[in-house]
Amino acid sequence: MLSRDGKKILRGVNLEVGDREIHSIIGANGAGKSTLAYTLMGLQGYEHEEGSLIFNGEDISKLSITERARKGITLAWQEPARFEGLKVRDYLAIGAKDNGGATEEELKEALRKVDLKPEKYLDREVGETLSGGERKRIELASIITMKPKLAILDEPDSGIDVVSLKEIVNLIQTFKENGSSVLVITHRKEIAAASDKASLMCEGVILRSGDPLEISEFFKNRCIPCDSRVSPPKAA
Amino acid sequence: MTQITLNTLSSEIKDMDAAYSVAGGDSAVLHDHELASLVISGNKVLNANGIKGIVLETKETEHGVDVKMIIKKGYKIPLPVHLCFGLIPQDGLQEIGMNFVAEEDSAVELVAHCTFPNAVKIIHRMEAQMHVGKNALLKYTETHFHGPHGGAQVIPKARVKIEEGGRYYNNFSLVSGRVGSLEFDYDVDAEKDSICEMVTKVYGKKDDKIRIMEKVSLNGENARSVIKSRLAITENAESEFRGITEGHAPRSRGHVDCLEVIQGNAKAEAVPIVRVDNPLAKVTHEAAIGCVDKKEVETLMARGLEEDEAIDIIVKGMLA
Repeated sequence: MLSRDGKKILRGVNLEVGDREIHSIIGANGAGKSTLAYTLMGLQGYEHEEGSLIFNGEDISKLSITERARKGITLAWQEPARFEGLKVRDYLAIGAKDNGGATEEELKEALRKVDLKPEKYLDREVGETLSGGERKRIELASIITMKPKLAILDEPDSGIDVVSLKEIVNLIQTFKENGSSVLVITHRKEIAAASDKASLMCEGVILRSGDPLEISEFFKNRCIPCDSRVSPPKAA
Repeated sequence: MTQITLNTLSSEIKDMDAAYSVAGGDSAVLHDHELASLVISGNKVLNANGIKGIVLETKETEHGVDVKMIIKKGYKIPLPVHLCFGLIPQDGLQEIGMNFVAEEDSAVELVAHCTFPNAVKIIHRMEAQMHVGKNALLKYTETHFHGPHGGAQVIPKARVKIEEGGRYYNNFSLVSGRVGSLEFDYDVDAEKDSICEMVTKVYGKKDDKIRIMEKVSLNGENARSVIKSRLAITENAESEFRGITEGHAPRSRGHVDCLEVIQGNAKAEAVPIVRVDNPLAKVTHEAAIGCVDKKEVETLMARGLEEDEAIDIIVKGMLA
């Protein structure tokens, strides 16, 4: 549970993400999806208050962001940070530091996987004149070099054009193939469809979990017409 | 080659070479006679090497050296001119008088290292007059190293005139070691179609005092300028920034941009001032003082860095 100003923001989250599973979180704006992502990462102001948070059999609810990251959990923000002056190559290398570092070729390959040309981007600044979409891709590349056990991706497609959506789906599959579980927050049917499992979230509650297409259909037919912030639909 | 002055004070040259390297320079360039260079230790000229297209004159004074450098009309100097000013002892006074002229259609890049590696009680004062001629280009990069003791008082003062179509880029950096006391005062007059860009980056620690005053007067039509300041201060350091841009001419454009990061008990003040007296001129500003961006810190922590490591990387990036 997580509360803010006396109001419970997350109040009924019962969620399990399996090994090498791609799990989508679907829900309307304000449902608490990003809050769930921040709470799992342990960000300041999103500390877990009640219940348990188990990762590979260990309760991590009291661990710091760094400690969770070193256990293998990481997060890609919906709107990535700017990092004035920080070179792309240095940013990508940071994630790999605890895994013995990344070779030049691994850094280049990470950029290629997010459809950026290494020769054009490796020595540029993250916060330079890059577009939001480019920064988003670079953030995803930084997660590739980290090789996490659980990658939490908050709307990885936001700011990236529709043509590239397929690449994002492929990238998420690549995370899985490389041994990562992926918890992905999305509004996109295409991303949900590529998931192994999906959960529907409304007003800080996981309403139901199951087949991604069924959950997507349920969201489309029941949630979109509903003013979910007034009366959340009952779980079927 | 227009002039060579060489005082064979070998130990002092060695010391200055070492100090130049500590300040981030490659001392080999100071001995390469294909490159223009000037090395001044205290009030002694250890090396002055001009090349074709450069007139270099020096005069030793009681506490320093007066320097006159002219880039002759039409000459584009292909490689940077290296300057090294410093004092090796723990105390002393160094006064540099600089008269610099880039004549019409000339182009040059000056790379200066100012190094006071043992400073306990040192004053370094620079009074510069810089003239960037019509359609000339001057890039001036100045990197300082003041050692670990915080005993340097550095007072660089420059009056710069950029003629029509001239371009002036100034980059001042003091991010290694202690600052001590810095009183930076640059005043630029920019004429028609000229460009002025001034960037200062300073990292203050302990009880360092930083005062930066930069002013650009956009006097000519279509003159453009950017004043950009990046300061990080920690512990009990104090900083004061004044960035003034005046738009006096039609279609002149200016921007003042100050970003300061503070930690510990540091105190910062930033005042961007814009003055416009021509309705077709436009001058903008932005200033922000605060702690390191939380999202940047948490992003790096989410990649496995400790909070202190994350802050260090972010601050160094900002000052890079």
